[in-house]
Amino acid sequence: METNLALLLLLSPFVGFLFNIFFGKKVSKGISGAIGTLTVVVSFLLSICFFAQLNQNGKPFEISLFDWIQVSNFKLDFGILLDQLSLLWLLFVTGIGSLIHLYSISYMHDDENMHKFFAYLNLFVFFMITLVVGNNLLVMFIGWEGVGLCSYLLIGFWYKNQPYNDAAKKAFIMNRIGDLGFLIGMFIIAALFSTLNYAEIKSAVASGDANPALLGLAALCLFIGACGKSAQLPLYTWLPDAMAGPTPVSALIHAATMVTAGIFMVTRMNFLFDLTPDVQNIIAIVGAITALVAASIGLLQNDIKKVLAYSTVSQLGLMFLALGLGAYTVAVFHVITHAFFKACLFLGSGSVIHGLHGEQDMRKMGGLRKAMPITFWTMMISTLAIAGIFPFAGFWSKDEILMVAFGHNKALWIVASIASIMTAFYMFRLMYLTFFREFRGTEEQKQHLHESPKLITIPLIILAVLAVIGGAINLPGSMWLNHFLEPVLVAKHEAHHLGTQEFVLMGIALVGAIVGIVWANAKYIKQGFVPKEDAEIVGFSKTIYNKYYVDEFYTFLIVKPLNGLSNFFRTTLEPALGKVVYGFGTVANGIGSQGKKLQNGNIGLYLFVFVLGICAIITYLFIAQ
Amino acid sequence: MIENILNIIGIENYIFLTVLLFCIGVFGVLYRRNAIIVFMSIEIMLNAVNLLFVAFSTYHQDAEGQVFVFFSMAVAAAEVAVGLAILVSVFRNLGSIDIDNLKNLKG
Repeated sequence: METNLALLLLLSPFVGFLFNIFFGKKVSKGISGAIGTLTVVVSFLLSICFFAQLNQNGKPFEISLFDWIQVSNFKLDFGILLDQLSLLWLLFVTGIGSLIHLYSISYMHDDENMHKFFAYLNLFVFFMITLVVGNNLLVMFIGWEGVGLCSYLLIGFWYKNQPYNDAAKKAFIMNRIGDLGFLIGMFIIAALFSTLNYAEIKSAVASGDANPALLGLAALCLFIGACGKSAQLPLYTWLPDAMAGPTPVSALIHAATMVTAGIFMVTRMNFLFDLTPDVQNIIAIVGAITALVAASIGLLQNDIKKVLAYSTVSQLGLMFLALGLGAYTVAVFHVITHAFFKACLFLGSGSVIHGLHGEQDMRKMGGLRKAMPITFWTMMISTLAIAGIFPFAGFWSKDEILMVAFGHNKALWIVASIASIMTAFYMFRLMYLTFFREFRGTEEQKQHLHESPKLITIPLIILAVLAVIGGAINLPGSMWLNHFLEPVLVAKHEAHHLGTQEFVLMGIALVGAIVGIVWANAKYIKQGFVPKEDAEIVGFSKTIYNKYYVDEFYTFLIVKPLNGLSNFFRTTLEPALGKVVYGFGTVANGIGSQGKKLQNGNIGLYLFVFVLGICAIITYLFIAQ
Repeated sequence: MIENILNIIGIENYIFLTVLLFCIGVFGVLYRRNAIIVFMSIEIMLNAVNLLFVAFSTYHQDAEGQVFVFFSMAVAAAEVAVGLAILVSVFRNLGSIDIDNLKNLKG
């Protein structure tokens, strides 16, 4: 029974995918969307069932579906593991997934390929569930690759636009670099322990007879995989470009779920990372730097979705900072709250873009507060949450990260705090430019300004509510999430006792956020400052506006040499090789055309050659003797 | 008795004779265009070798050489049968047995 339910939970979105890909074109758009949504809702409801059951008896549900791989002493099952961690992920993946599917019905309604959109979205949810529920690394890897594929398909969904296709390819290739790390890490683990099953690796690691250097290398490689998927330095550049996809995709894949796969994996393998403090340090430093760099780029972006994209990279950096410091529950907590408010922000920006018929440049927005009140208020709530204002969800999770950082290393704390202040600034910059003062777009757009339909606003409202109360799952007093996740973590993370120091830190974080807001307020409300046109940006701002020229740097460092090498192969090496191959043919041909003259049909000649041959052989035999 | 024969006519004379016969055969094969003559020349070569076999067999007082001759004669007879049959067939098709006319058989 439970097995069947678990299978249904896993396969329901896949059924939706099959239906939409094969029959989606034949049914109406509404039905296509409804089936796509319903299949995900089914998974969500089943996740709730399993969650309730786990809460009751506290026992994780693990089942092996079939023997998968068996090579000498390496044996692997295809198994499902529904424990605290995977259920938590399932809940918000399918929950937010359902809301975003619902939203997409309205958002994508005018698109001719809507059935395809829902097919890909369903496929994504299926792979994400696979990633989460596997009981070994290889099943996770299937999901890991699958979500990458869906991400590629959805970024390039509007495939008639070449830059969008390029963005899709970029995302795919960047992810492949990380995936290689994941694979190597997996191979090392398989070589060390002859298994990839979480529980078996855990007990093997705990026995402590593995080579620590190899273990560290495995952890580092896995982290590189996480870097690719979760857009950390130096592999983050694909995520801002991924905004080429439809906005629901940005919300679901590139903000709430897929990009958190790296955090899921590190948390899943926490027993491994706990034993490799050097790698943990690297994770923490990479996370902190990513948070700071991405936040600073976000300060000056003018595309509404790009701001949110850099904000996502920055928040993911904070999560990795927490992971690197061993505070897995804190990272998971931030993943969840971030999923709520970032999904809401993306969907809100989608609502704005929808209202302006595709306009994404904030310089051409403004004053939308009156025309789109629901969008405004839900986005405002989420912005307050991400900025870390008491008592919204983001305050609690971000504050915990800052506290953990303060406890370990003051420098990391300072970096993270600066990133937080920047977050508050650029998020309110976004809000002020979009919703306040007067409208800066065309007269025609102004005429058509309208609030989005209910299918768009309802998910927004639900997510906004979650962004307010989401912090409740791990309030400093109750620490429900900490206790809930205890069984899957090796090292216990001590809950903070609320003392003077903690209150002071909370105060500092809050003041920092308010400073950011006031700064944005002064600049964009009081002075009415509107970002300049691209050509007028000069100096250091230009460097930041152009994302520190990282893309150009990568182009110079990797793409150009690769292109040069390809060119060299094409223009020099390939013709040379061709000549050699043709040469063999020409020589054989020549020998043949000369040789065939010998066979002229003259028996007399044949006989003469025959006799000559015998004479030669006899002579040779005489000489040889 | 046997030794007497070899005493009367020395072994070297047999060798000279067979070499001469063999060379006549070779030149016949090389220079004549008539297939039947070519055929006869081959027979001369074969018989030259047979003669040498017999001579050495006597010289060495060993019957093995004579046994070989029997084999070689049997094979030669079979070869003649097949060869002549081919020649008859060639003659029926071409009206001549000049080997230069057989050029068309090349691939």
